Amino acid sequence: MSLINQKCSCCGGENPEKVQVDAILAKYEGKKGSLIPILQEVQSLYNYLPKDVLEYVASKTGVPISEIYGVVTFYSLFHLNPRGRNIIRVCQGTACHVRGGKLILQALEKELGIKAGHTTEDLRYTLETVACIGACGLAPVMQINDDTHGRLTPDKLPAILKRYQ
Amino acid sequence: MQHIRAHVLVCGGTGCKSAGSKEIQLGFAKYLEEYGLQNEVMLVETGCHGFCEHGPLVIVYPEGTFYCHVKPEDVKEIVESHLYKGRIVERLLYREPLSHEQVPNYSEIGFYKKQQRLVLANCGAINPEMIEEYIAVGGYEALAKAVTTMTPEEVVDEVKKSGLRGRGGGGFPTGMKWQFAKNSVSDKKYVICNADEGDPGAFMDRSVLEGDPHRVLEGMAICGYAIGADEGYIYVRAEYPLAIKRLRTAIEQAEKMGLLGENIFGSGFNFTLHIKEGAGAFVCGEETALMASIEGKRGMPRPRPPFPAVSGLWGKPTNINNVETFANVAQIIVNGADWYCQYGTERSKGTKVFALTGKINNTGLAEVPMGITMREIIYDIGGGITNGKKFKAVQIGGPSGGCLPESMLDLPVDYDSLIAAGAMMGSGGLVVMDEDTCMVDVAKFFLNFTQSESCGKCTPCREGTKRMLEILTRITEGQGREGDIELLENLAKNIKETALCGLGQTAPNPVLSTLKYFRDEYEAHIKEKRCPAGVCEKLASYTITDACRGCGLCARNCPVQAISGKIKEKHVINQDICIKCGACMAACPFKAITKG
Repeated sequence: MSLINQKCSCCGGENPEKVQVDAILAKYEGKKGSLIPILQEVQSLYNYLPKDVLEYVASKTGVPISEIYGVVTFYSLFHLNPRGRNIIRVCQGTACHVRGGKLILQALEKELGIKAGHTTEDLRYTLETVACIGACGLAPVMQINDDTHGRLTPDKLPAILKRYQ
Repeated sequence: MQHIRAHVLVCGGTGCKSAGSKEIQLGFAKYLEEYGLQNEVMLVETGCHGFCEHGPLVIVYPEGTFYCHVKPEDVKEIVESHLYKGRIVERLLYREPLSHEQVPNYSEIGFYKKQQRLVLANCGAINPEMIEEYIAVGGYEALAKAVTTMTPEEVVDEVKKSGLRGRGGGGFPTGMKWQFAKNSVSDKKYVICNADEGDPGAFMDRSVLEGDPHRVLEGMAICGYAIGADEGYIYVRAEYPLAIKRLRTAIEQAEKMGLLGENIFGSGFNFTLHIKEGAGAFVCGEETALMASIEGKRGMPRPRPPFPAVSGLWGKPTNINNVETFANVAQIIVNGADWYCQYGTERSKGTKVFALTGKINNTGLAEVPMGITMREIIYDIGGGITNGKKFKAVQIGGPSGGCLPESMLDLPVDYDSLIAAGAMMGSGGLVVMDEDTCMVDVAKFFLNFTQSESCGKCTPCREGTKRMLEILTRITEGQGREGDIELLENLAKNIKETALCGLGQTAPNPVLSTLKYFRDEYEAHIKEKRCPAGVCEKLASYTITDACRGCGLCARNCPVQAISGKIKEKHVINQDICIKCGACMAACPFKAITKG
């Protein structure tokens, strides 16, 4: 199913996301070097980068789809698959590593029943690792959405996870 | 006029925020009003104080009383006892980790006493979201001085004379870099601030951006004036949302006041700034890769020359410096190069901010004069090793740096001595490791990082780091072979000499430095199939000690039924079946299982 050509479910007109994608493209029209900010904004709209939306961006900006794909796959913050409502980023940086960051990741994998890089079936959580979030003073840490949780131990995790629906 | 008799500073850095400082701030607002103090006590949210370990932090002036680990339920007591009745809340004061003495005053704390806070002077002292506070402590004076009383040539000369070197890692003289960009003739030039702080274990740039963003903007504008650029970019990691927010606020405020934009201070100098959010690629910290990323491409480095000073962003002359470098500029212009040169050593001038982390009592940010010894940083400022354990190594410089052993602790910390010792300044991450850390595992950790962040453009880095990682992995899994160490050294030498960019050229450093100082650990892994620190899972063996009460929990948690024994009697692990997962050790309520 094409997300971009889907008709609006209430009025049969253009779907609201497409209107917003068009607005993003209009905002950056004629500005050089704007592919990455465009992709960042489109991704925050869909929570990931659907294939047909990327094709639409390619057709509108004139940037070849191969080049867009190259950029999307290069940067770790771009995603080609749907993601959970809550993004868990477990820090695996040096400071967290020496203070047991791996145990936190293992405990989360067990708790959620998924491996790092995957999303739970109910789309509630996506589990990812990150090289360092710069909160080393609180190691080991994880970030859920924009909140940073520090000084973690495996037994603290279930209570924290519960707060994110 | 309203008379303010006391200030309550609540830290709003990322560390303290995640420990709940927002709630504390709201609590103060509520109780100050309840006690009718809202007109005489001012509540300020500041940037990071650097002492993240003890957050959330609250400092009360004029006394400079330093409260740490403050909880929301403590706020009422601070307001009632300290601000209303004038009695310090002693139980919340900081205690020195070694002497356990209470220290009431901010400036008396060991962590701060040996520091020389120049770059971090305003971090934690002013509200980073109010330009007026930055101006009140002398902010934008340097920009005014530069554009109204100095020629661009004089600005470049002053920076050259100061001896300032790039704080991002390489240590290239900043003044020379500016001179090259200034010498390039072009209708358009750019200034870029590299805020893509990707080194695991470093967070000084984040703290400067969150705690004192105007200082960075001012440094960039001065650079723009010096090299003849009218436009600049700050390339900042998307993982730093608070830093991005504060930068946006700062740029907006500076534009409103005419400190950025057109005709700054009526001098005819124009300078506009943009923020570019990174998209998650470590290699973008390399300057040519960073520029490719701003241009909207895959962030891959290209060979130099041409250097960015000649052909940079969109083919125009560009000067790139790191956050901390720009943060040093304003004070050099205001106080002069001679003043700046009083700090540091002959070839490394000024101060350096280090991020102290790992197995150390006082984790946080410390700014020290160059040339201080590692021992002073770790023991006097850092308060020594946690839980009274023995120091083993300090990793300096992130994935490009190296591990230094105890014998190197009296080494003066400056660019050149560190390189001679096989490490490097890098961005200034200091990760302290104790006797429980396996150095082969640490080397593997860093190589795993650089290997997965390699952009894949050049063969030595793409293939070479992969092969090195394979060798390290087999060593840590008990499959190490005779000759592996020599093979690692050979590969490392080749990668260092032939990789395209700094990422590849420095990737072997963690392996080489651990081989240099901890070769016996590698040999124990390879020859004796033993991990001396007991970290490498595949080499560890779990045994049940006499503390076992025979509860049977371990046997029930063992996924492969390797544990047997009668209830209420000591259990035994069958080493042939054991997969060394550690589940038994985690499950044992009597700490009767040891690993070694």
